[in-house]
This record gives sequence, C-alpha cells and structure tokens, in this order.
Amino acid sequence: MAEPALVASESLAGCRARAARTVLGQVVLPGEELLLPEQEETDGPGFAGERPLRLNAGIRTRLRVVCGPGLRRSGDRLLVTKCGRLRHKASGCGSSGGIYWVDSQQKRYVPVKGDHVIGIVTAKSGDIFKVDVGGSEPASLSYLAFEGATKRNRPNVQVGDLIYGQFVVANKDMEPEMVCIDSCGRANGMGVIGQDGLLFKVTLGLIRKLLAPDCEIIQEVGKLYPLEIVFGMNGRIWVKAKTIQQTLILANILEACEHMTADQRKQIFARLAES
Amino acid sequence: MKETPLSNCERRFLLRAIEEKKRLDGRQTYDYRNIKISFGTDYGCCIVELGKTRVLGQVSCELVAPKLNRATEGILFFNLELSQMAAPAFEPGRQSDLLVKLNRLLERCLRNSKCIDTESLCVVAGEKVWQIRVDLHLLNHDGNIIDAASIAAIVALCHFRRPDVSVQGEEVTLYTPEERDPVALSIHHMPICVSFAFFQQGTYLLVDPNEREERVMDGLLVIAMNKHREICTIQSSGGIMLLKDQVLRCSKIAGVKVAEITELIQKALENDQKVRKEGGKFGFAESIADQRITTFKMEKAPIDTSDVEEKAEEIIAEAEPPSEVVSKPVLWTSGTAQIGEGIENSWGDLEDSEKDDDDEGGSDEAVILDSVKMDTGVEVSDIGSQDAPIVLSDSEEEEMIILEPDKNPKKIRTQIACTKQEKAPSKKAVKKRKKKRTTN
Repeated sequence: MAEPALVASESLAGCRARAARTVLGQVVLPGEELLLPEQEETDGPGFAGERPLRLNAGIRTRLRVVCGPGLRRSGDRLLVTKCGRLRHKASGCGSSGGIYWVDSQQKRYVPVKGDHVIGIVTAKSGDIFKVDVGGSEPASLSYLAFEGATKRNRPNVQVGDLIYGQFVVANKDMEPEMVCIDSCGRANGMGVIGQDGLLFKVTLGLIRKLLAPDCEIIQEVGKLYPLEIVFGMNGRIWVKAKTIQQTLILANILEACEHMTADQRKQIFARLAES
Repeated sequence: MKETPLSNCERRFLLRAIEEKKRLDGRQTYDYRNIKISFGTDYGCCIVELGKTRVLGQVSCELVAPKLNRATEGILFFNLELSQMAAPAFEPGRQSDLLVKLNRLLERCLRNSKCIDTESLCVVAGEKVWQIRVDLHLLNHDGNIIDAASIAAIVALCHFRRPDVSVQGEEVTLYTPEERDPVALSIHHMPICVSFAFFQQGTYLLVDPNEREERVMDGLLVIAMNKHREICTIQSSGGIMLLKDQVLRCSKIAGVKVAEITELIQKALENDQKVRKEGGKFGFAESIADQRITTFKMEKAPIDTSDVEEKAEEIIAEAEPPSEVVSKPVLWTSGTAQIGEGIENSWGDLEDSEKDDDDEGGSDEAVILDSVKMDTGVEVSDIGSQDAPIVLSDSEEEEMIILEPDKNPKKIRTQIACTKQEKAPSKKAVKKRKKKRTTN
C-alpha cells in the first residue's frame, strides 16, 4: 500500500513545486518550480510543495535568500533555468537563509559577482581595460583597481596579458566589472599573471571540482613537480612548471582528469612519478 | 560573439614548444590526430572526427536539367557550412573569408580533380542528369577544418547510393530502393587534403595543426593528393616564402599521409558494408560513444565487514520473531483450501468428524472391541493353516470379512462361548454379535 502512494506523490512533485530543502543535492531541471523554506513553514509541513513560492507575501522574519546561477525569480515564483544539482550554502545568521544555486556541467561562463577569474586584456581605452573572460561580453577593469595604482602610477598592462581578478559588478544585461584588489586595497594574489606558462580551458564543472577544499587531484599534482597554478572560475587554468615538457604534462593531466576514474588517475600519477 | 583572443603567454609558450619539437597534445611533428569515421543509418551520411574537429557530411541527389554547355555531364555541388555550434566566433548567415576560402578549396579538390565520373550521372542527354549535392557541416572546430571536410566529403560520396533509373524511349523510370538496389557513384580516385602549418617564417613545420597552432602559424600549405601520389590541388596561404625542397618534402609527407588515410577510409567503408549485409546494428547511435564525467562520482565508501555476521545475528536475536506467513495455499483435505493464517477451517474436515463419532460410541463399543480382538487372535492362527488371506488389522469391516467364510462357524461360536465364560461380557454385546452373524 505504501509504495503506490509514494509513486503518486513523486509524480505529483514532477508537475508542482518542490521544496528546495528536500531536493538539495538532487538533479533539478529547467522550468521546475522550487519553494524556499520560509514559504514551506508558513504553509505548514503538510502543505509543503503544494503552493508556489511568494517572495513578497507574508514574510514574518526577513530571511536573506540569494538565488545563484541556474535559478531565476519570475514574478513571485522561483524557477530553475539550468539542469544540474541544487546546492545550498547557509548564511551565518539563520539556517533557512543563504544561497541557493545549481551546479551544472557546461563550458560557457556566465559572470557571477565575487568569482575569481582569469581574463585576457583585449583593449586599452582611456582609463579602463577591456578584459575577455569568456562571457558574452568583455568585462571592464579600471587601471586604478590594482594594488598601489594611482593616477600617476599606472600599472604596466599590455594587450594580450593575463589578468587574475575578481568581479565586483556582474548583473544581467550589464557590462561586468572586475577589480584586482580586495576590499582592503591589497592585491591578495590578484593582478597580472607572468609572461610564461600555459593557459588552457576546461569545463566549469572541472574547475569547481579542482577548487574544492580538499581536492585530491591538486594534491597529487603538487607532488609531481614544483609548479605555479592559477584557477579561474571561468574555466581557465594557467600553469607553469620548470620546463615546457613538465608544463605540457600538467596541462594534459588536468584536462584528462575529468574523464578518469579515481583508480585510473592514481595509476597515471604513479606512472608519472616513476618516470 | 567575438572570438576568444589569444593571450601573449599562450603564443609565447606555443612557439617555444614548437621550437622544442613539442606539441600541446603530445604529438610528433608529422603526426595526425586520431581520425574516426562513423556512418549514419542512411546512405551518404557520415561524421568524420579529426581529434576534436568534427564534420558531418551528407550527400543528396536530384534529377535536374544539365548545364547548356555540358549536356551529358551530371552536376556536382559542394557546400561547407560553419555554424555557431562549432565555435561561437562563426557568425551565421555570413560568408566569411575563411568560409569562402574553404569552399573554393573543396571544390578544387573534389570537382576539378574529376574524381567522380560525372558522365555516368547523365540519364537523358541534354534533358535529365543527376545533381549530386554534398553538404558539409562543421560540428566542432578544433583546427584543420579543410582536412576533416575533404575526408568527410569523399567518404560521404563513396558511401552514397543513388536510386536506379531506366530509360525506355522517352520514358524515364525511377526505382525505389525496394524495387531495385540503389547504385553507388563511380569514383575514380580519392583526393584528400593535407595541411602543413609553418612557423617562424617557414623554419618549423607541423602537420595537421590544431586550433591554437593555427592561430600562431605564419603560413599554411594545403596539398590535395590521391593515393597514386597525384597532386590534385596545392595552395599556399599566409604569404610566406617557401623553398623548393620544403614543398617537395611536404608533398612526400602528404603522399604517406594520404595513403594511410585512404586505407582507413576503405576499411571503414568495408566495415559498414559488412555490418549492413549481416543486418547488425549501424548508425551514429551505435558508433559514437559518449564520454562520462567521472569527477563528480562519489567514491564507494569502504565498509567494515569483519563482524557483520555477529551483528546480524544479534539483530536477529533481538528482533521479535516474525509471524509465520504461509505463502502457498494450505490444503488440509481435498476440496478445501486455506491461505495464510486464520482460524482452522472445519468444513469438510472428515477425519475430525470421524473421531468425534468414535468418541460418542466409545463407551459401549469398547466391550465389543475386546471380544473382536479375541476373535481375530484366534482367526489368525486358523487362517494361517487354511491359506486364507492374511489380515492383520483389526478394524470392524475387516472383521466382517473374516467372518464371511462359513467354513468354521462352529469354531467361532465355541470361541465366543469361551469368551462368555471367561470374561462374561454384557448380554447386549453378545446380542449384537449374534445379529451381525445372522445378517451375514
């Protein structure tokens, strides 16, 4: 008896809004409607998933909920625009607030505020640089947004140089803006990347994987050769090792990691460590 | 969308790597990337993969009026398209310089080399000829489009079958594939383009440049050749000065590469033919494997199985014993059935009712039984001597059988008298016995 009821409720959820909390880490599809926890609570647990979200109506405790990439507010509804896994990061104050976003597998980058990216300077015009970040539009970067830069003391940036920076403005239908300093005015690792080394592109999913706090791949790569490496959230990786040969090996390994299982990867690293 | 610019560091790295005779994907100077040819379910449809560069070729045909100056020749038409799907920098609906250049080169390579017998495409001179149209679509751009496109075009043409026609007088009959087998085109030879990229004003040379190598190259030399080492087209672009021996060396390399590629094409065509004949599975869905993304896979967590058995036993011991469930119908007696638990069914329970009956009459029959036992005891010994059937059981019915033969009624009677004397049974029982005997 219990099984048919379960199936029925699942098929119901397919066409109606699901509570965001219940589908965390699960695959969501474009066009799906989601309910945020606060909406769920006002409706009571029995009615969770029954009514679509109303962001403006009857919010007792104002929770800060941020819709990240892959989610979009359409009127009073919250819609999924990409297929992938729903993720959530709780904010400091409350458990139900925080950021919701969809981790999807794609190559095209869409600028997101706060992302650290690698850009290529395409033009110098007046007091701003145009930087290609792989998005639909080049980002703008003020020459004052470098550490220690003043009107008189301009940074030495040429067309074609690589820039590691952070987005401060990334809105829909607007030119994104980058800076190479943090809020304290320090470079904090950002700025122009050296002239040597190799830049290559991987998928955004692989970058996220590599940037995860305890990524095995990076640890294993670090054991192979001494290297310098920069990851941009826009899918670009800059890597530099002592020789061209080593740089090429590192680039090829990182690229190939996406389609290898953990065992295959370990084998390859073991073989490389021998040679 | 604008093309992603090439950064200074990429350019510098690439040139330095080429100086060291190293390439980004680990190839040698004269190596081609992996070529993969897969066929669609229809004739004349193929996808050629050259590394990550992918070209889809599709051939179609149509009966049209010939050109006025060439009344007996069929028409060949080539069209390469660079869609935005291949690279975001390609603009749709615009003839870019690159596209014009590639289309011209393809036409020169395939039409002007007369690799296809156009006269065999004539149906009625001056009135009807076949127009063969080759559509090539770039699906993904990773450099060296022309080589991939030329391979795709010739493979698609070799694979193509046109409907059979017959001419009787003025009448032209077109047969469907069911009526008559479609006819392959007659192809004299297979011209294949081989690209050479030159760097540092011709100091370094690479075969089959990929997209990034193409961006930093100074010049490009394309040689179209067939396996008989006949050059069909040669084109140099980029405006570099090439030396005579460089071109000669390139043509030698091209000869080797073309021989390899032709062999591969022939093998692929044979394979497809074989599969079709055997009725196996063919088509893109079968031949193009999809890649898996494994970085997101959860690793299997190791499970400690050392004391699983004890734990399982503990759990079993602690748990309440499950109620007995009988999955199969229980057949107590014939004609009754019971599934699962429940109160025992007494319907048609013959044995039980018999038992009850026995109990009822137990008090007065007990005496009779005693006397009967006595009887049988005597009888058995008698029967043994008279070769009568031996009956060892002591039920009432058999008793009667034993009593049936009237050979020694006297004896029995005397026996009964004996028992009367010995045990002095109740009169009632004796009467009963007598009655029985009389009925017999």
